[in-house]
Amino acid sequence: MADRKLQVALYWGAACGGCDVAVLDTDAFILDLAAAADLRFWPIAVDGKYDDVEAMADGELDLAIFNGAVRNTENQHVAELLRRKAKLLVAFGSCAHLGGIPGLANAASRDEIFHRAYLANPSLEEGNVVLPVTEKKVASGTLEIPKLYRRVHKLDDVVPVDYYVAGCPPAPEQVKAVLKAVISGKLPARGSVVGCSERAVCDDCKRRKEEKKVKRFYRPWQVLQDPERCLLEQGIVCAGSVTRSGCGVRCPNSGMPCRGCYGPTAGVRDQGAKFISAIASIVDSRDPDEIASILGQIPDVMGYAYRFGLPAATIPGTARSL
Amino acid sequence: MARTIKIDPITRLEGHGKIQIFLDDDGAVEDCYFQIPELRGFERFVEGRPIEELPRIVTRICGVCPASHHLASAKAVDACFGGQVAPLALKLRDMYYHAHFIHSHIAHFYALAAPDFVCGPGCDPAQRNILGVVAKVGLAIGGKVIEARSQAQRIQTILGGRSTHPVWCLPGGVSKGLNDGELEEIRPLVANLADFTQFSLRLFREVVLGNPEYVDLILNGPYTLDVHNMGLVDADNAVNFYDGQVRVVDFEGHEICKYAPADYARYVAEHVEPWTYLKFPYLKQRGWQGFKEGRDTSLYTATPLARLNVADRMATPKAQEAYEEMFATLGGKPCKALLAAHWARLVEMVQNAEMLQRYCDDPDITERDYRIVPDRITGEGVGIVEAMRGTLTHHYTCDENGICTSANLIVGTTNNNAAIHMVTRKVAATMIKPGVEPDQGILNLVEMAFRSFDPCFSCATHSLPGRMPLEVALIQGGEVTRTFRRDPS
Repeated sequence: MADRKLQVALYWGAACGGCDVAVLDTDAFILDLAAAADLRFWPIAVDGKYDDVEAMADGELDLAIFNGAVRNTENQHVAELLRRKAKLLVAFGSCAHLGGIPGLANAASRDEIFHRAYLANPSLEEGNVVLPVTEKKVASGTLEIPKLYRRVHKLDDVVPVDYYVAGCPPAPEQVKAVLKAVISGKLPARGSVVGCSERAVCDDCKRRKEEKKVKRFYRPWQVLQDPERCLLEQGIVCAGSVTRSGCGVRCPNSGMPCRGCYGPTAGVRDQGAKFISAIASIVDSRDPDEIASILGQIPDVMGYAYRFGLPAATIPGTARSL
Repeated sequence: MARTIKIDPITRLEGHGKIQIFLDDDGAVEDCYFQIPELRGFERFVEGRPIEELPRIVTRICGVCPASHHLASAKAVDACFGGQVAPLALKLRDMYYHAHFIHSHIAHFYALAAPDFVCGPGCDPAQRNILGVVAKVGLAIGGKVIEARSQAQRIQTILGGRSTHPVWCLPGGVSKGLNDGELEEIRPLVANLADFTQFSLRLFREVVLGNPEYVDLILNGPYTLDVHNMGLVDADNAVNFYDGQVRVVDFEGHEICKYAPADYARYVAEHVEPWTYLKFPYLKQRGWQGFKEGRDTSLYTATPLARLNVADRMATPKAQEAYEEMFATLGGKPCKALLAAHWARLVEMVQNAEMLQRYCDDPDITERDYRIVPDRITGEGVGIVEAMRGTLTHHYTCDENGICTSANLIVGTTNNNAAIHMVTRKVAATMIKPGVEPDQGILNLVEMAFRSFDPCFSCATHSLPGRMPLEVALIQGGEVTRTFRRDPS
């Protein structure tokens, strides 16, 4: 690839912009990237349009980086378009990888989301009954907005994906490493999760670990923690043991438990199921009633287990249909 | 023949947006709509989550201003637990937030706004981006900008463990303090940022104010609206980003109201239109009056310029000097020239840097009592901060176990939705004239209307390299007859 510049597209679906800041946070490396690649399409930054992408030959792009989840008709359309035009399609960041935090919306229905946003909150115009619609006739013509799907989808629910970059957002050092690997052409096997390690967050966490036996779970606000000791051993629910490392252990190092943004460890299909079994295994009791009472101290198990990956869950109730 | 100009997608937006302009038979603008095609439903899906988790969930509303959401959320959650917070934590949170402001304002000013002024609004579109800016001002200055933004991010990481998507706040305080070694690491970064904010002002004077055409565009162009101003002020009516009361001042400078965060729902309401997913806030006591400016309007802006308009002063001396210079040059206060928001951002950055210096010299800043464990759950709270792009309100309720039962968010840019819609229409109507085909330069002038707001659906626009791709399709009789597009770079 040394004889010509890489042809690259970056796009966001249902995203927050944090993945783009992660690219920006590679600092001066951005200038190296601009030297090595033509950024053909990057709606936040350069002048490519949907029509320009449509006009490209299939496979003309060397690389398309897609961040954000797939939430509406527009997101899916662009995902399909980039898949056709790019040799490599990368799901970048937790949302494209696993659904991300916006994926928590799958615990609610589309009607409930509309109801809360437009019909029932304390600051709405009194008596409002208006809801946004995908097509609206106005005096001068017709206005259209994309259709919101009933569910949030991860990228590989709608198109085949070649590589995954984990993290919310991916750590800048990892972003740099991944981009360098693409530039140099030294890529691992297709389907790999890149920019992370094969270890768990726990393996890289410097906190002291003794014995994982818990009689009482605490929510982070309920106790002043021992800053040197494993959070889970102190009864503070932490997903570090079931989460892939590569983030730099940034949450436990900030005094807060891991919530799993880097996704399941290698070989694990369902991070949330793994989380539930990990938590259950450390309860220090053999008495069924006491076990139930200890586990009852953990509210909202779903919200901990699938904080970043509800659309990737294998449990029922997360239908894949659009 | 009547026709439609579609700008879709407008880019350099956080999320997605589009503009549709309807022309009449003569080619004059008949109507214009600014639409937001996205909804993610945060208000609904935080229900059922433990309330203390919300500050680390709502950050994902925006990855460019996550600290704004983190802190507004933390304040709402503090209030759900009775409202007691360790005094040291308030300082640390404020300190963090000043660094966050600098990161965001640098990114916006240099990557997004500067290309229009350094390269020029009508220059070759292929050059009108941050790389074009670097080419014009030199790599030395480009490197300085990258370094300064990186330092602002670094300060946040040292303080709270992370910059993008902080997890640091808990009810009653923060999860980690600042030790002596970390403070010594921060000190030189702050010193450099203080220099950098002055450098940015000098650059603005030279490049923008030194050019009579730009001054004329700012002061006499169509980029003005007679709508009110909103912003947070402290007890002395000085600009404050983290705490205080919300003050609303009309476009002639008279105070309309001033309210504590908990009372927001008495003062602000949101109107829904069927053609966009984004709501339109307005001053509740005046009622929804439609998209209209002037004395009867119930609309307002909440921007850096609005913040400076509502305040009586800045909170620090060098920022005060910059503030006085700005209003003296612009012909007094309040200023209605929306493009002056770019200058206001630089004035705010001066205060951010001075406040960081003040915290570095605070003898208590490295103490350890940065968190109080709450002893009760009171069940409801409102948190308001100034996000970079406007007043940000989070309102939560929770049950006796601290599980969220409802959430209502009025996000910075949402406040400006009506104003953006109106000024886009105004600029389009002024710049697009019957008988003259709208060209790339005209389209850029339309873009500059909403760009002055640094809209949060453009959060990611803070990224390099900054240039707004635009497409305009001319539709006659339902068919696309012609497409204008900026040249691919």
